[in-house]
Amino acid sequence: MAEFQPTIVAFCCHYCAYGAADLAGSMRLEYPTNIRIIRLPCTGKVTPVFLLRAFEKGADGVYVAGCLDGDCHFIQGNLVAKPRVNYTKKLIQEVGLEPERLEMFNMSAAMGPRFAEVAREFTERIIALGPSPINKKYRNTSGQ
Amino acid sequence: MVIGERKPFEEITSMAEGNKKILVLGCGGCVTVCLTGGHDAVRVLSSQLRMARDKMGNPIEIIEKTVERQCDPEYVEEVHDIIPQVDAVLSMACGVGVQYMAERYMDTPVYPALNTTFVGGSKKEGYYVERCQTCGQCKLYYTGGICPIARCSKSLLNGPCGGSTKGKCEIDPQVDCAWQLIIDRLRSLNQMDRYEEIMTNNDWRTNRDGGPRTMVREDFQR
Repeated sequence: MAEFQPTIVAFCCHYCAYGAADLAGSMRLEYPTNIRIIRLPCTGKVTPVFLLRAFEKGADGVYVAGCLDGDCHFIQGNLVAKPRVNYTKKLIQEVGLEPERLEMFNMSAAMGPRFAEVAREFTERIIALGPSPINKKYRNTSGQ
Repeated sequence: MVIGERKPFEEITSMAEGNKKILVLGCGGCVTVCLTGGHDAVRVLSSQLRMARDKMGNPIEIIEKTVERQCDPEYVEEVHDIIPQVDAVLSMACGVGVQYMAERYMDTPVYPALNTTFVGGSKKEGYYVERCQTCGQCKLYYTGGICPIARCSKSLLNGPCGGSTKGKCEIDPQVDCAWQLIIDRLRSLNQMDRYEEIMTNNDWRTNRDGGPRTMVREDFQR
């Protein structure tokens, strides 16, 4: 049986996390291809609905990546995102998903290796948790 | 505004049990302001319900809609074409809205997704406090704008009790002694003579104690 390849959605802010992703690419760093990046102007745009809908459409893991604390390009965006992510962890737990499937990470645009490290570690975490029990019909069936 | 809190998720899923298609109806009034029953809350709850039912192998179809308010017949009427399509309605309005919906759409079950808790306001976004108990005999003229019925744990009308300690109520160190607040305010307004006036026993007939209340504006009756 083919090894489980998770689908992971990463909401990345344009100024830091997406910059870090870009740098990871320029540095030719390898990280798992399971990550689907969604670029946002700021993690402050993330609301629980975004994250829930990602799980609803079949994501096995979701993370939000923003600027370092105190360094948000829009001053407080990453600060409002953190409690929302924590709240959404409770929401997904109510539905029966493990709260570890959702996380928030902080990094600067210069931290290409950190972006790759987060991608690797989160993918390993989701592989250990197994596929999401939700919505199998949206699941990518290749390799399974 | 009327403050409500979403019911525990298990309670909501057990209400939706057996229904294949429901309307989750939000309210654009008070519950939108207190972030528990508006458009966004409708989307969150609907997503959670779909996921939970999918996980059980018993999918549910949800129509998501939010109306301006659910406490006016004109707005409740707006969903009349959706009701025949669904088995039940999960209303995210306060208790008033749920009842208005149930009264208008008598053949379709309407269930509450919120527990309506109190009448109050926001201290800051996401933090709501009770301020009014709708006693129907507002005394704020005499108490410097601070309500002894709502904010005093014992609803005392003539000054603090012996349990008032360093400005806090004896029931909980986080709760301000309302009468301490009142006296401080009356002092700063130079209205301490109002504190000296004894308030006689309260007439609770204007409160819910006198039965369900109505208010009529004669100039609007046709």
